[in-house]
Amino acid sequence: MKNNNESLVAVKTAEFTGWFTNVFLTLYDVGLFIIRFFREGFLPPYEIKELIRQCYNIGYRSLLLISTTGLITGLVFTKQSRPSLSEFGATSWLPSLVAIALLRTLAPLLTGLIAAGKVGSSIGAELGSMRVTEQIDAMEVSACNPFKFLVTTRVIASSITIPILTFYTALMGMAGAFLNVNLSEGTSYTEFFQSALEQITFLDITASTIKSIIFGFTIGIVGCYQGYNSSKGTEGVGKAANSAVVIGMFLIFLEEVISVQFFAIFRGI
Amino acid sequence: MVQPLENINKSAEKVIEIKGLSKSFGSIHVLRKVHLDLYRGENLVVLGRSGTGKSVLIKIIVGLLMPDSGEVLVNGQYVDKISYQELLDLRLKVGFSFQNSALYDSMTVRENLEFPLVRNQRNLSKKEVDLAVEEVLDAVGLLQTMNQMPSELSGGQRKRVGIARTLILRPEIMLYDEPTAGLDPITCLDINSLINEVQERYRTSSIVITHDLTCAKQVGNRVAILLNGKFERQGTFDEVFLTKDEEVKPFYDYNFIQ
Repeated sequence: MKNNNESLVAVKTAEFTGWFTNVFLTLYDVGLFIIRFFREGFLPPYEIKELIRQCYNIGYRSLLLISTTGLITGLVFTKQSRPSLSEFGATSWLPSLVAIALLRTLAPLLTGLIAAGKVGSSIGAELGSMRVTEQIDAMEVSACNPFKFLVTTRVIASSITIPILTFYTALMGMAGAFLNVNLSEGTSYTEFFQSALEQITFLDITASTIKSIIFGFTIGIVGCYQGYNSSKGTEGVGKAANSAVVIGMFLIFLEEVISVQFFAIFRGI
Repeated sequence: MVQPLENINKSAEKVIEIKGLSKSFGSIHVLRKVHLDLYRGENLVVLGRSGTGKSVLIKIIVGLLMPDSGEVLVNGQYVDKISYQELLDLRLKVGFSFQNSALYDSMTVRENLEFPLVRNQRNLSKKEVDLAVEEVLDAVGLLQTMNQMPSELSGGQRKRVGIARTLILRPEIMLYDEPTAGLDPITCLDINSLINEVQERYRTSSIVITHDLTCAKQVGNRVAILLNGKFERQGTFDEVFLTKDEEVKPFYDYNFIQ
């Protein structure tokens, strides 16, 4: 009995050690992938045409989803906040409350999560299927650099377009909030936006921009890493797309928590 | 076991030399101390059963896979010992035609052909690129497909475009991975003719990986059979197949008796 228990402990210990080693090896591999991105991403020759195409794919093709989400979030958030504020007779604070909430957290987080789902999975699946069908190998053997063409363009494009989409989400959210306030209280467009924007600081805009660039970079790197290194077969493509979304979303939440703590230092909170 | 290479001009320059090459995947030993030479200007056909490491062999030649041991020299350079930049330069001289063509499916045929050319010869004008694209597409007889997407092409057309994409870089050596796999007999004959035309027109030396003995007979100046991880027989088609060897006979019987 004792021997059985001991061997079970030994097996579990070996499993745990193996898992731990795998985690570190993966982190090491991801680290090398990121270093390669910085080494190759900013050196000529540049893939400008592909970069623009990726910006279009990531940005323009996400507009409908982002617009709807932003508009509904602003509208619902305002409607749900109204009763609590009206208890204190503070409904006039609604515009600034919505503006701060949207700009500081809701817009970057929502955009990041939507992009992780839409863009991350698309990059993971696209590169994964290119790996499986030997298209990446075909680039390698024709002396082209697939990493530069496929990875750096996608990561830079998502790092550029996610911040733009974030401010667009915030704008759509404000439009939704205005719709609610206007229909309930008849507040004018000028009045609403004056009230909303007077509480916004330079730090809010800077923090949001930095955060969304990091989110964009994360989505791009995770999607590309999963797709570029996907194993052979269609199952591998599915796994790459799925992992790109799950890991991307997890990292975005983690980065959100860290960034809130970090920027709180500058806000003196 | 290896037959004498009487019909090969031994004074011809070796463009590929493989010495004692071994490659394993886990516990599976795919290649066991393989020796093989490719002479300038010849078409060498490599035959063997599925999973015997034929594709692995040519992937090692272009540096897509690394050998476990042994030496692979292409144009006198050790593939696994040169720098990445030297490997890229070497790859410009070696064209690789993939089994499934591996065309970039988000690009048109023209863009597929332009892709390697504009990235390796950045000083070319638009007109020169257009001319080069037209020339290789004409060489494979598919000028009319220039603006089509790969998904709109038949299997044979995809193979031809794949070959054209490698030819656009003017390689000295061509590696064909199962060029006739999955094609109807008539298209197979077309592809075989194309391989011979490429050899003649572009003065290439080629390794053709195949199961298809008709292809081997039509395109091969020399045939090598990979059995049990080694090249057990090499020589002309007749030298290799006019044999009572029980391991070689099934290839011939299957292809020509069935």
